[in-house]
Amino acid sequence: MTVPLDPVRFVAKNMRLDLTLIAAMIEPGTRVLDIGCGDGELIDHLFRTRGCDARGIEIDMAEVTRAVAHGLPVMHGDADNDLSQYPDGAFDYVVLSRTLQAVERPREVLRQMLRIGERAIVSFPNFGHWLVRWQLLRSGRMPMTSVWDRPWHETPNIHPCTIRDFFALCESEGYAVEKWLAVDEAGRRAPWRRFSGLANVFGEQGLFQLRKA
Amino acid sequence: MNLPDVPESAHQHVDLPGGLTLDCGVTLRRLVVAYRTYGALNAERSNAILICHALTGDQYVADKHPVTGRDGWWEMVVGPGKPIDTNRFFVICTNVLGGCMGSTGPRSPRDDTDSADPPRWGVDFPTVTIRDMVRAQKKLMDHMGIARLFAVIGGSMGGMQVLEWASTYPQAVFAAVPIACAAHHSAQNIAFNEVGRQAIFADPHWHGGRYWEHGEVPERGLAVARMVAHITYLSEQALTRKFGRRVRGAQALAPFGDMFEVESYLRHQGSSFVRRFDAASYLTITRATDYFDLAEEHGGTLAAAFARTRTRFCVISFSSDWLYPTSESRTIARALNAAAANVSFVEIASDKGHDAFLLDEPDFHRALAGFLRGCAEHAGLPP
Repeated sequence: MTVPLDPVRFVAKNMRLDLTLIAAMIEPGTRVLDIGCGDGELIDHLFRTRGCDARGIEIDMAEVTRAVAHGLPVMHGDADNDLSQYPDGAFDYVVLSRTLQAVERPREVLRQMLRIGERAIVSFPNFGHWLVRWQLLRSGRMPMTSVWDRPWHETPNIHPCTIRDFFALCESEGYAVEKWLAVDEAGRRAPWRRFSGLANVFGEQGLFQLRKA
Repeated sequence: MNLPDVPESAHQHVDLPGGLTLDCGVTLRRLVVAYRTYGALNAERSNAILICHALTGDQYVADKHPVTGRDGWWEMVVGPGKPIDTNRFFVICTNVLGGCMGSTGPRSPRDDTDSADPPRWGVDFPTVTIRDMVRAQKKLMDHMGIARLFAVIGGSMGGMQVLEWASTYPQAVFAAVPIACAAHHSAQNIAFNEVGRQAIFADPHWHGGRYWEHGEVPERGLAVARMVAHITYLSEQALTRKFGRRVRGAQALAPFGDMFEVESYLRHQGSSFVRRFDAASYLTITRATDYFDLAEEHGGTLAAAFARTRTRFCVISFSSDWLYPTSESRTIARALNAAAANVSFVEIASDKGHDAFLLDEPDFHRALAGFLRGCAEHAGLPP
């Protein structure tokens, strides 16, 4: 990865590892929309190192303010309400990282992503991870792990799914999975790439690149 | 005359050849645009920022006002090292067409008579639109040899001009910052303006608009118009914090004297306003804001106003602004999305109401400065 020269920029070394993996999936010079972009780490990185026309949507106003103050094109909005305005095919990639499980209508959000973008890149925490299964089995209570770290009554994650669930959804919606991988919480690539069953047990997050079949 | 001391010629201005044909069909044969500039235009003429002022603002953005002697209205934002950094950018602000600080308006002599000493336009000044104001500004830019503005920035009615600039002259605007504004006036906006206008008409000194001929000024009416408008610029929280129910003096239960502090504050706002603003200008400009409807200019679809735009936008609203609420800015931002424009949109948390864009709001200033910095990088401006 190219390290940007400008030292005041905040992306260089500390970018979340899963964002690094996402960035690696994106072709240089493309148009990218990052939904739930936070303070714009990924879009800044994509602009600086890949020459992308990258824009963001973020629901947290403090993050939006921070991003705009960094000179990044970020707008306040959310995945459920602010995708329908965009014209068809406005982007080459639409990214939704670690947010799918928190939106109101995940299936509709995916449809919109693949309407306004050629490709969708989606990451989500895997509810099928062995620790989640084990906790529920052993204690009979909602699991609490480093990934699923809020009690059931406080969590914004209203639509958890497993990696297998996501494969099934893609199939029923007619999306081609172009790439996928399982990663651990830090975003390190897990070695289960060829075996979705293993990935569903041992992967903490799923990362998918989709397009309309 | 309610605007003493400063003859029109005292304002820096230019007499633009060719006049201006207005949306209403009338052609102004004489077009004067008064303006102020700050900073220096670079050799490439690529660092110019046009600031568009609000309804009762003027071109004195960042220097002493010749009538009131007060600091410029955006000193906090415009200057060396400020968010709009005059060390880096060449900043221009014009008095709007129809205004009363030196640009052609109701105070100007009529240009449609052959008289050597023509009377003023007064209420016969033709109806102007926001687009007419922008066309007049464009003429000044052409006169200055500035083909493309690095940015056009403005709040409130200034924001409407920004939208109109981006829509009418998309090639001439690299970045646009509409602040605390709307793409059209709501019925509520028009209603408040109408109360102000009726207050002016009801003043006995109005004389059917011929107050100049009588050597009088509809001061009371204009002051009431300002008082009503001023309420809409503030939030309830801001008024409560400033004044609460505090009473002036000890005269309890005096029927109509200065009683509550908020009353005397508003009266002061009204009476100081009439010393620097003209009633006919107030009517002309409020009408222009009421007529403004950018979607209607484009077949009823706001996104069509921005079709194929390359301009980078930063739409900014304030959470407690109820005159131009965030929902209006969101409508603009979504229309820009529909046009696949490059848009930032942020609502600044503030309890100061519409006026927040003129006040000390660090988040706003940071966002504005950051947006301009980012755009300058994209535009390839030297740091």
